[in-house]
Amino acid sequence: MKKKIPYSKIYLFLILAFFYLPIIYVVFFSFNASRSLTNFTGFSMRWYQKMFKTRSMMESIYYSAIIAVIATAVSTVVGTIVAIGLSKSSRLIKQVVTQINNLPMLNPDIVTAIGLMLLFSTFNVPTGFGTLLLAHIMFCIPYVILSIMPKLRQLDDNLAEAALDLGCTPIQALYKVIIPQIKEGIVSGALVAFTMSFDDFVISYFTTGPGINNISTYVYATTKRINPSVNALSTLIVIAITLIMIVSNVIPLLRERRKKNEETA
Amino acid sequence: MKSFRRLVYPYLVWAALLIVLPMLIIVFYAFSTQGNDVIPVKITFENFIRFFSDPIFFEVLLRSIKLALITTIICILLGYPAAYIIAQLRPDSQSVMVLMVTLPQLINMLVRTYAWRGILLNTSFSPEVKVYIGMVYNFLPYMILQIYTSLSKMDPSLVPAAHDLGCNDREAFLRVTLPLSVPGIISGITLVFLPAVSSFFIPKLLGGGSYVLVGNLIENYFVTTGDWNFGSAISLIMALIILISMYFTKKFDYDKEAV
Repeated sequence: MKKKIPYSKIYLFLILAFFYLPIIYVVFFSFNASRSLTNFTGFSMRWYQKMFKTRSMMESIYYSAIIAVIATAVSTVVGTIVAIGLSKSSRLIKQVVTQINNLPMLNPDIVTAIGLMLLFSTFNVPTGFGTLLLAHIMFCIPYVILSIMPKLRQLDDNLAEAALDLGCTPIQALYKVIIPQIKEGIVSGALVAFTMSFDDFVISYFTTGPGINNISTYVYATTKRINPSVNALSTLIVIAITLIMIVSNVIPLLRERRKKNEETA
Repeated sequence: MKSFRRLVYPYLVWAALLIVLPMLIIVFYAFSTQGNDVIPVKITFENFIRFFSDPIFFEVLLRSIKLALITTIICILLGYPAAYIIAQLRPDSQSVMVLMVTLPQLINMLVRTYAWRGILLNTSFSPEVKVYIGMVYNFLPYMILQIYTSLSKMDPSLVPAAHDLGCNDREAFLRVTLPLSVPGIISGITLVFLPAVSSFFIPKLLGGGSYVLVGNLIENYFVTTGDWNFGSAISLIMALIILISMYFTKKFDYDKEAV
């Protein structure tokens, strides 16, 4: 068995190299002095300067972020409320809502997207920021509900009843007893919603209007010609995601270590 | 607590308007054509007849299914060993590896596909091969993570038990590990095959317009041509194919579980 380990490590390394190759590639060529995407002619920051000067590019970052933040906030609140309501609803209502929620999750994105596009055009809603945001909220809510429902199923029904008996109003029972118990589900639902919204291309592409681009639709629109500033933009995203991942993974680790230290001390 | 039931009702209205109604509108568009001034819309099967009578459309449909199928098979072949190797590592290395596989996925799909365009720009690969590279790149992490999840849930004493009962390494793998990881493979297939059928920006960015798939057809009819009726019919056909294949994978899954 021991002999196999080097081979398996080489294999894993190759797979990871495949995953990271394009990322390293864009970061590298974002510092290229020339337009070329194949020859590195020298170090320069010109594509970064150009990126910061290109208004449409900076706007796409802004729209991606603001849409993701609002869509996450709204879908997390609404999803939590609906999930709690569902846990007290009849079987029929539960079934109906689950089936409807399955539609955008199982349908190909492009079908969901053109459905919304046709809806907006049928009711003469001008496409733009509003329709883009509405579409994002619409496809995020089912994921939030999906990640909260299992937590609610584990919840003891008597807890909320006990809170009421002890003098809580239903609203107090909600945020003092129910919500703290399903917090994990809410947080993971919000994370899923944020990444879904921030990364979305297909639905955004069909539901946005003139002049409103998020990062995905911007990149798609500019790929017809070579635009090295897109490499600079990509590098910014890579750095941001890496920082977020490091922070979110290192902080719990440090906390755990501190806890251990305190226990031993 | 029953009063909480009422919290669902506004969402029912919202879901009816934004989830169900759009689907009905697609169906309506698919079964109608833009008429003239006297009769604004005409209910007809014309769009479907047009799709199935022209061999070009059928070819595109077959090409999309073929692309999705081959992508899925490559992902299983490359992903299974990777997931297996990760599952054999020490627990803390396992979580590091899972993180390493997940991390690139968090970076915008368009951005990563754009990067591949640069890498493949001056290579002599055919557009088809470039599209396959992009597809496998985008979907392989899903397959690895799904198979890894089912492998890591496996009771670690099962394989030594099989050895004690006289299995060699190969038999233990084929009779114990592989059957137990089938649910992971199946959820991997649903996460790879279904979105792969409808993908349209990977073929467009990497295949350079010469490699047309169903998703590109739909995009063309909605964005370029503006023939929404025919575009809706194509979407409906695609959604139906996906629904049917999903039904079969689910059924297969349940049958396995029953055994």
